[in-house]
Order: sequence, then C-alpha cells, then structure tokens
Amino acid sequence: MAEIRNYTLNFGPQHPAAHGVLRLVLELDGEVITRADPHIGLLHRGTEKLAETKPFNQNIGYMDRLDYVSMMCNEHAYVRAIEKLIGIEAPIRAQYIRTMFDEITRILNHLLWLGAAALDIGAMSVFLYCFREREDLFDCYEAVSGARMHATYYRPGGVYRDLPDNMPQYQASKWHNEKETEQRNANRKGSLLDFITDFTERFPARIDEYEKLLTNNRIWKQRNVDIGVVSADRAKQLGFSGPMLRASGVEWDLRKMQPYAMYDKMDFDIPVGLRGDCYDRYLVRIEEMRQSNRIIRQCVRWLREHPGPVIVDDPKVAPPKRVQMKDDMEAMIHHFKLFTEGYCVPAGEAYAAVEAPKGEFGAYLISDGANKPYRLKLRAPGFPHLAAFDEMTRGHMLADGVAILSSQDIVFGEIDR
Amino acid sequence: MIMGLLEELPAFAWILIKIVAILIPLLLGVAYLTFAERKVIGYIQGRIGPNRVGFRGMLQPFADIIKLVFKEIIIPVRSNRYLFFVAPIFTLTPALIAWAAIPFAPNLILANINAGVLYVFAMSSIAVYGILIAGWASNSKYAMFGALRSAAQTISYEISMGFALVGVLIAAGSMNFQDIILAQQGSLLNWFFIPLLPLFMVFWISGIAETNRAPFDLAEGESEIVAGFHVEYSGVSFALFFLAEYASMILISFLLAILFLGGWLSPFEGIPGLDEWFAWVPGLAWMLLKVSFFLFAYLWLRATFPRYRYDQLMRLGWKVLIPTTIVWIPVVAVLVKLNVGPWFS
Repeated sequence: MAEIRNYTLNFGPQHPAAHGVLRLVLELDGEVITRADPHIGLLHRGTEKLAETKPFNQNIGYMDRLDYVSMMCNEHAYVRAIEKLIGIEAPIRAQYIRTMFDEITRILNHLLWLGAAALDIGAMSVFLYCFREREDLFDCYEAVSGARMHATYYRPGGVYRDLPDNMPQYQASKWHNEKETEQRNANRKGSLLDFITDFTERFPARIDEYEKLLTNNRIWKQRNVDIGVVSADRAKQLGFSGPMLRASGVEWDLRKMQPYAMYDKMDFDIPVGLRGDCYDRYLVRIEEMRQSNRIIRQCVRWLREHPGPVIVDDPKVAPPKRVQMKDDMEAMIHHFKLFTEGYCVPAGEAYAAVEAPKGEFGAYLISDGANKPYRLKLRAPGFPHLAAFDEMTRGHMLADGVAILSSQDIVFGEIDR
Repeated sequence: MIMGLLEELPAFAWILIKIVAILIPLLLGVAYLTFAERKVIGYIQGRIGPNRVGFRGMLQPFADIIKLVFKEIIIPVRSNRYLFFVAPIFTLTPALIAWAAIPFAPNLILANINAGVLYVFAMSSIAVYGILIAGWASNSKYAMFGALRSAAQTISYEISMGFALVGVLIAAGSMNFQDIILAQQGSLLNWFFIPLLPLFMVFWISGIAETNRAPFDLAEGESEIVAGFHVEYSGVSFALFFLAEYASMILISFLLAILFLGGWLSPFEGIPGLDEWFAWVPGLAWMLLKVSFFLFAYLWLRATFPRYRYDQLMRLGWKVLIPTTIVWIPVVAVLVKLNVGPWFS
C-alpha cells in the first residue's frame, strides 16, 4: 500500500504574503498546517559585523535599515547606548523631539502593518488608505532630515537639527493646477509643528474609518478571532514583546516600565488584549495608534513653548555650528575629526532598549576604548515572534497561517540584520 | 444531400453573423470591464487609475491585450503539455457559448430555446472543468490548491444557485428566458426580486462565488496561494482565463437582471406619464443599465471586503444559503398556488 505523506509546500521567498523574504516550508495535511519551518537569512547584510568596522557615529544610518518601517526607533536604541557609554544626556528639547518622532514612527509602522495585514486577508482598500496617511508622516521625516525613510536624525547627544519653521511646498505642474496646488499646500503654510498638529487633528477620524471597514466586519472577525492564540504565560516564555505580548494580556511596555526620553512626563495608556489572538493584536495596535496620537499632541504643545538647544554643546561629540566653522579654526578641526575619525568611547558595556513599534528593540554595545564598537548586538523584537510561528500556526489552515504571519508584524530587515 | 446543405447556407451565414454580433460587443465589454474595474477601484481607494494610454486611459485595455499577446507562453517542465493548453480553452468556451440563450431585448436573442435556463446553467457549471484541468496539468502545488478550492466552491455554490433558480422557474412557470421576463411584466412591483427576495440574494451571492470573485476569490487567493489555478499561465493562455472570468461576470449580471429585475422591461412600466415619457428608450438600454449596476456591485464588493477562508466559505454555502433556498421554495410555491398578487394573479 502506498505511504500517505503530507503535502510539503514551499511558501516564499517570492510570495505576496511573505513580507519581504521569508521562506516557509509548510507541511500541510489538506489545508491544515501540521508543521511550519521558517527559514531566515535571505536579507542578512551583516549589520552587527559591519558596525565593528565603522566609527560609532557613522553606524546610525545602518540602524535605519534594520527594521525599515520603524527607522527612528532603531536609531534611538543605538544612540542611547552610545550616550550611556560616554555618559552624556541629550538636552530636554531633543528628548521631546525624540519622543515625538518615536511616536510618529510608531504610527508609520502600525499603518503599514494595518495595510499589509488587511491586504493579506483580502481587504485591499485599507492598504491604500493607510499609505495616504503615511505620506504625511514621511513628509515630517523629510522636513527634519531630508530623507523620507532612512533619516539618521538622532545623534549621540541630541538630534541632527531643530524642527524647521516652514514646510516644503508642492509646486504646480502639468497635472496639478494652481488651485489644486494651493489646496495641497493648505496645511503646509506654517511650521512643522503646525503640520503635525493638523495631522493629529485629522488622524483619529481616519482610524475610525479603518475601524468601520474592519473591526465589526464579520469576515474580518471570522478570519481573526481565535486564530493564533498565545496565552500570557506562553508569550512570556517565548520572549514576546510589544503589541504581541500586550495582546496576550501582559501589561508590559518599556515606555511605562523603564521610561526613557520624556515618556515619564507623558499621559498615555497601554492597551492590553484578553485572548491573545490575531483580533486582539489588531485591536491593540489600533489603540496604540490613538495613544501615539495623544503623545504627539502633548509633545507638540511642549515643543511650541520651549525653544532651546537640541544637541549637547560638546564639540568632542557633537559637530560645531556651521557659522562657527566659517571663521574658527578650532571648530573646523573638530568638525573634520568628528566626521573622519569619530570619537573614542570609554571602555565598557551598555544595553539600551526602546519600545519600538514591534516590541523591545535593544542595542548592546561593548567598547574597548577605541573609536569603533568592539561588538554590537541588536535585539530584534521580530525574531522571537517568528520563532513562535510554528507553534502558533499548528492545526490552523493555510489562510490562517497568512493571517498569523501578518499579525506578527514581521520585517526582515531586523530579523536577518 | 449537398444541395440540401447549400440551401441551408444562408441560414448558417445568418447565425454566424449573429454570433459575431454578440461576441464582438461581449469582448469589448470584457475589455472595458477591466478598465472600469481599475478606474472604479482606483477612485474608491483614492487613486486615479490608468490615465495615460489614449484619452483618459481609454486605450489601456488594448495596451494590455497587446502586451499579453506578445508575451511568451511558459510551459512548466513535467506539466501535462496537452491539457495545459486545453484548459484555458475549456474555461473560455462555456463562458462564451452560454450567451446564445441570453435575450438582450424583446427580439434580440440568438437561440430562443425553451430550456434556456437549464442550458445557461449547464454551461456555467462546465467552466469548473477548465479550472480543475488547469490546476492539475500545471504540476504546481499552488495551482493544485487553487483547483481543489475552486472545484469545491463552484460545486457547492452551484447547488444554492440551482435552488434559487427553481424558485424563479416556479414563479414564472417557464424555463424560457423571454417568458420569464414577460412574466414580470406590469410594473416595477411585478419584478421577481420582491417575492423572491431571499432567493435573489442567494443567487447574487452564489453568482459572485461561482465566478471566483472577491470576497470569494479563494481559487486565486493572492496572499495565500499566489494566483491559484492560473499561477503557471502567462501570455495568451492567461488572457483566456481572464477573459472567461470577466465574461462569466457579465453573464451572471445578465442572469440577475433577467431573472429578478425584469430583464429589458422598463422600470417605469405602468406608471401613467413616466411610462409614455420613457417609451422611446429601447429595451436593450434598460437591460444594460441593470447589468451595469450588478457589475459595479462586483467591483464595489471587491474593494471593500476581506476574503473568506476556505471552510468558512463552505459553511456559508451549505449552512446559510442552501437552507434559505429550501425554506423559500415552498413559500414561493404556496404564493403561486394561492395566486397572490400582483405577481402571481
């Protein structure tokens, strides 16, 4: 008699739901997944090793490229590790700017997640609606750093520069006449803070719109409720963090438990799930977007009233002002040294973690006193999540596997590093 | 014998002309349905859609066709070459020949056969063989999944669709499309969608599932099984599947309009004043108007809803739709028997 074997399906790396370059080897009994074997490494760029060959301050750009949908949060962890080693603290205004941009990044990430998750389950309009809102946030990134994604805006000792007083404007073209351009520029008349305020006023209504499409949609519920359930204890054992852990009912958020930057001054709540299924993870992330919006508003209010320096006044760590360099030899030399050789960091070890949109993103830095890291270890939140994929999908159907994968919010830049 | 054939020649030629007169507008309809789909979904999603080829993108479908025609047809190794080629033809042919029995206007019909409903129903069911063969012949696991899902889905939804049809047959007392339309004569209130409302909804939902369109597009299931049964197809052979899908979308919309919304009947019939005002509008125009409503609904649903899971789809079909029809058919029978007006008096 013929031996009955399960169907083995190679899912990815080129698959619409593979979220980049995930390769899954699925063992299927009919449509039911009996075993899932995630293969990683297809986006491995050796960031940790690369960091050992560059001066401390030149590695920030690599951090953007780890989890390439939550850029500034990654920078934040790395920059904080350096600050801990050198023993400096960023000025308070820089701390507020960092808090604000961490939350802008969180919204950016959750919007992409929401769009991709909805697309994976078949609701394709939500994807484009989310990208419409992301556009404005990218404009904020662009206004402060010049880059729309890989900003390199956070620097050891502060941020690259203060928030700009005016926003870039659209110009009329063949496809957009004067009147239309005027409309598009309507919320760009004032400073960046005005632009962000305008966004925060609009955004809650937009979240309501997404929720109208999904939250009570019967198909959406059928596809998400009781799919990929992880209990609170098991989530802790598996090393979950971020929304994945909170959806399972564990109230753990680094912003509350180990406050950094200005989070201890902020008034916000952390949403917690009850069942730990895909639907709870969806609800938790939706609520986090609303809370992020709240935090951004508080930061904007403070930033409007408190001008001040945004980077430490220490030429050994932070580059001197452009104006000084024009007629000050000392400043010129500092600038040259900073951007070629960098600076030596006292020997020691430091671990700094931030609550990145996906969970705890940590940078563990060892310095031997040279101008380059001796070793940099990055803790990517997505890694333990993906490692639990097998356990979460077992016994579910193929289509649920896709729903679970998107509920984990996997980005390969950070998992493969 | 030969003389006999020659005598028949003009009749043959006449039929051929009629076939061409149906097929060409149909294929144009398919081409512009794809364009409408991209435009409508584009505007729903806050985009513009294609607007570069021709005036406001009007030539986009032709650009697509030319692209597809010039693409290489890739035949996977270890696939069944013969069946791989035959499958798209198997899918397209039934989708086209079903049109023979569809009445477009009072006298515009290729074959006014008495069992028209059965014929169209049979043809739309045969299309699943093409999908099954395509999935099997491709020798690809994704295609196999698509084919299996599609087979299960089409067969189970065929049943609810068939039961919904039974209701219409009881109500109209005929299997001839023209008779079914004429049975709805009188006024808008005489159309079957009112007494047969549950069957109308069942037929509509099953029609969407039958054509493998969102939210029942499991056979393609972009995010799960990539493109399902036609994952290995490219160029013209892919275009044929595409054509078949859209032709059957239009077909289902026509069926919905004929069976439940009075086909080519004017909605203002029987209303004094308005009836005379709109008397000049040809029946074909009313028909197309009703059809475009259903086609728009297809696109609207696609842009709005998430996709069902395989078992949930089966549950909906077997536990919701079929029981609904089974309950409503006796109700219709009683209504007909008691001559309840205005529909059955």
